[in-house]
Amino acid sequence: MTTGDDQSGSGETGRRTSADPQGASPHGAGPQGAGDTAAWDARRGELDRRLAAHQARRAAEEGTRHRSANAQGMAEGLKLASEFVAGIVVGAAIGYGIDRLAGTMPLFLVFFLMIGFAAGVRNVLRSVAPKPAPSADAPPPRPREDRES
Amino acid sequence: MEHDPTDPIHQFQINRIVPIRIGDWDFSFTNSALFMVLTVAITAAFLYYTTRGRGLVPSRGQSVTELTYEFTANMLRDAAGPAGMRFFPFVFSIFMFVLVANLLGMFPYFFTVTSHLIVTFALAMLVIGVVIVYGLMKHGLHWFKLFVPPDVPAMLLPLVVLIEIVSFISRPVSLSVRLFANMLAGHITLKVFAGFVFSLGTLGALGILGAILPLLMVVALTALEFLVAALQAYVFAVLTCMYLNDAIHPGH
Repeated sequence: MTTGDDQSGSGETGRRTSADPQGASPHGAGPQGAGDTAAWDARRGELDRRLAAHQARRAAEEGTRHRSANAQGMAEGLKLASEFVAGIVVGAAIGYGIDRLAGTMPLFLVFFLMIGFAAGVRNVLRSVAPKPAPSADAPPPRPREDRES
Repeated sequence: MEHDPTDPIHQFQINRIVPIRIGDWDFSFTNSALFMVLTVAITAAFLYYTTRGRGLVPSRGQSVTELTYEFTANMLRDAAGPAGMRFFPFVFSIFMFVLVANLLGMFPYFFTVTSHLIVTFALAMLVIGVVIVYGLMKHGLHWFKLFVPPDVPAMLLPLVVLIEIVSFISRPVSLSVRLFANMLAGHITLKVFAGFVFSLGTLGALGILGAILPLLMVVALTALEFLVAALQAYVFAVLTCMYLNDAIHPGH
């Protein structure tokens, strides 16, 4: 029985030693791999450069488009602001005028200031509302569109 | 000239060219009047000269005039319907006057007529005056239905009518202030940046180098000002059409 144990143990060690030389990995192509990396780096550099140029052009285009959109937005905003302010100014002027004539100083000024505020809001709402049909009693303005649709 | 060359307000000063006094009234022919006359003369001369040939195939100038005509006509027809076309000469005159006055103001050393509130306010009052007079002539007292929106509870009616009246009165104010403020602000901004160029340029070599930045800004602003000049003339004309629509079709 003991000899059998010994044999099996020696057999195991023997198998291990025989497997050892196979574990070494085959690293044979050293100089060829270095050349590959250099080529890849060159290509990546080229791509990076082209990408950067493209992005710069895109950013410039975006910038000009953004600026013109800004200018239009500012024009629109100024238009609405002037509508609103005009309502308040006219309300205040009417109230002040009535007060000056009637001698009831703050009363009509306050009242017409509030009316003017409402008129300003009305102006803004009217100018941002979708355009209504020009007229009902007139014949349809453009029959060409009707035919097309 | 002892005035500061970088003064941004100086360009808006009114000078008497031919002083005329009638009684206590000052009827002097000013630089503002001169440029109004110039505006009208240039507009009329351009329109007359380009349409002189009346070619079936339009020349370059004639097609510019035709484009302007059709542009204005479409604008008016869209806003006021076919019945509004009787106001075409009125709208076209106002559009051309404002446009040419704005563009004339873009020349260096030229006076900008529309940068004075009284001029734009007079134009706006003319528009509103036409709206009121024509509305009353055509519809009589029914025209006042413009101030009474439909479907309003009777209790709220006085308040709403008051608001509508104030809103109507505020129209010429916003119409005139918008054009005037745009032109004034644009020309002042342009002049301020041009003043930077001048002040930096007097500082020597480094200053001249630094003056490049405001100079670029002036170039960009000039382009923007041309856009604003055309856009504001268009806005003025479109709003004129919309107000005329109220005179022709009240109650909408």
